[in-house]
Amino acid sequence: MYRYDQYDHLIVRERIAQYRDQVRRRLADELTEEEFLPLRLQNGLYMQRHAYMLRIAVPYGLLSTAQMRMFAHIARKYDRGYGHFTTRQNIQFNWIELEQTPDILTDLASVEMHAIQTSGNCIRNTTTDEYAGVAADEIIDPRPYAELIRQWSTFHPEFIALPRKFKIAINGAVEDRAAIAVHDIGLTAVRNDAGEVGFKFMVGGGLGRTPIIGSVINDFVPWQHLLTYTEAIMRVYNQFGRRDNKYKARIKILVKAVGAEEFARLVEAEFADLKDGPETLTREEVERVAQWFNPKPYLTLPSIDPRAEHAGDKAFANWLQRNVKPHKVPGYASVVLSLKKTGVPPGDATAEQMDFVADLADKYSFGELRVTHEQNLVLADVEQSKLFEVWQQAKARGLATPNIGLLTDMISCPGGDYCSLANAKSIPIAAAIAERFDNLDFQHDIGDIELNISGCINACGHHHVGHIGVLGVDKDGAEWYQVSIGGAQGNESAIGKIIGPSFSAPQMPEVVGRLLEVYVKNRVEGERFVDVAQRLGVAPFKEHVYATPIPAGAKVGEDEYA
Amino acid sequence: MPNFELHSHKQIIKHREVVDDDWSVLKLVEDGTPDTVEVPAGKIIVPLKVWQAQREQLLGRAARKELGIWFASDELANTVKDDLDKFAVIAVDFPKFSDGRGYSIAYNLRKRLGYQGELRAIGDVLRDQLFQMYRCGFNAYATRQDRNIHDALKGLTVFSETYQASVDNELPLFRRHPRGALPEHSDLGAGI
Repeated sequence: MYRYDQYDHLIVRERIAQYRDQVRRRLADELTEEEFLPLRLQNGLYMQRHAYMLRIAVPYGLLSTAQMRMFAHIARKYDRGYGHFTTRQNIQFNWIELEQTPDILTDLASVEMHAIQTSGNCIRNTTTDEYAGVAADEIIDPRPYAELIRQWSTFHPEFIALPRKFKIAINGAVEDRAAIAVHDIGLTAVRNDAGEVGFKFMVGGGLGRTPIIGSVINDFVPWQHLLTYTEAIMRVYNQFGRRDNKYKARIKILVKAVGAEEFARLVEAEFADLKDGPETLTREEVERVAQWFNPKPYLTLPSIDPRAEHAGDKAFANWLQRNVKPHKVPGYASVVLSLKKTGVPPGDATAEQMDFVADLADKYSFGELRVTHEQNLVLADVEQSKLFEVWQQAKARGLATPNIGLLTDMISCPGGDYCSLANAKSIPIAAAIAERFDNLDFQHDIGDIELNISGCINACGHHHVGHIGVLGVDKDGAEWYQVSIGGAQGNESAIGKIIGPSFSAPQMPEVVGRLLEVYVKNRVEGERFVDVAQRLGVAPFKEHVYATPIPAGAKVGEDEYA
Repeated sequence: MPNFELHSHKQIIKHREVVDDDWSVLKLVEDGTPDTVEVPAGKIIVPLKVWQAQREQLLGRAARKELGIWFASDELANTVKDDLDKFAVIAVDFPKFSDGRGYSIAYNLRKRLGYQGELRAIGDVLRDQLFQMYRCGFNAYATRQDRNIHDALKGLTVFSETYQASVDNELPLFRRHPRGALPEHSDLGAGI
């Protein structure tokens, strides 16, 4: 993975000194809270419901084991023994003292990490495919380009106070596993007829209160112009994005207002002045960065079927089927460690688990880990012959729930238990649904399904693109949940459609149950829930869900399902 | 009742020094219209709109180097692209420190239009913005008067290296320096 050189180290060190002084000035009241706010946000520090939350950047979701052990250390020393992996492939800690944040940053810098621009109205962490570099359908490895974007966007002087936050995702494979269509800029690698690499630029996608699928504004920008073309987009947005209304300030509103064609024209006009300028990428620079992502020292191994050796072990077979992904190198596989064990908030990991996965990665996966935007962890390079060992060890630590892509592999934001923006809780809803459908045979029968839960309209839980989407809303001071179906991420991205009036928390497991009944009744061979939902539309689902009243007796979040 | 206000700073930061300043910034008040406001004598920085409305009357003062203009954050640099050499100073207003349009105005004035003169940040200008303002082409800063201007000066020297090109550096880091040398002493995980 990328290693800091002397300049990366210098910049991060100077940032810590700057931030340490900002904290000192805030504590000495030389800075008002209003003035401190954007400064701390640009350093990932939020004031949450109970305490400060620190969001640490995991650039494009890639981690060394030393970095993971540092998270465990931070969890123990500065927090309450756990951390939360997010849909931005980052990690956040929820119980942080302001006075300690400069020290945390110093600790992080010792493993080449920081919290720069993990929040605030600036360019955030660029996300990518968790299987980058190992996926068989990869056109190019997107990670060097993600790293180049990271460096270019870090403290970009012109784009530090944008109208709103700005998120870039980059995909290098045929299949989009980075949800590029719902990002401010979504990039996908393409090759032209001459075999040259370039990027297709989508702009103006996003979720939140106005969910929009991004528009392609350029089918092929040669790789040399990746940064300059992005800069042109940023300058148009900085000048013309709305600032009068926070809810209409994202670039998607601008693209929608002027139209994608006109937006593209504005970008081209800016780009004309930047094209071939000094920020144009050179082969030498791309290769310098790319060398850190070179293929690992893979052994020459035969492809084996790990199932064969443990033919009678159904639990292992389930895990292989759901949590093990194909690898482009024969004899290897990628393993998803599930952070979705029933009873645990999605994406949470304890310090002990973090240390443990670091050990696993050292032993089995070249000392590297990845964070997925579905809030799981990945060991990308496991020898097939070691899968049984890995499974046994992961299982002992509660990290081998064979549910990847299944109903209980939910995306959920932290919701009202932590977040001061939330209108409703998310974690207890996720827990209640998980408990109701804990039966793995049932889940395997239902097959691939994405259930995404957000505690408010900001859509951190990506509910709009869930096959089933759950959105917490506030009605007269009470928490209610609105349900949508038919949303999808990836190449066929779609925004889900709302089925009707919202539900109380205790009704939610039954609502999901009824949706699944309609699916099971109507599916034909090989059809996923989302296929049926898109084929039939909302009507039959709505009819069944609202046909008879759903009892609202049980209390979600308590243990009556246990 | 004049339909404008004059704002002046005794001292500003210019070229990384605290210096005395004798300019006033004219701001229209309610009911003030750009074409009727009577620009008082002295060294005045007028709103861009006043320049556009009264260009003929103001040309003489501009020639005597007693006139500057200031951009509101929603105005675009290229609206005065043919007049840039006429102003002794161009200012850009930051109505709120969180409004970053002024950075793009500055960038465009310098990089696209080639403005060489004094470029002054006015409005909600605080220490922690100065470094990025400098990088985007500002060379003068009328910092907020309720704060210590000598403290603010420290904001200009936060970073000794930067990744990307801007007005201050034509070249990005990868073209300025050979990169890739890992630090000699690795303290990997020292904090654990």
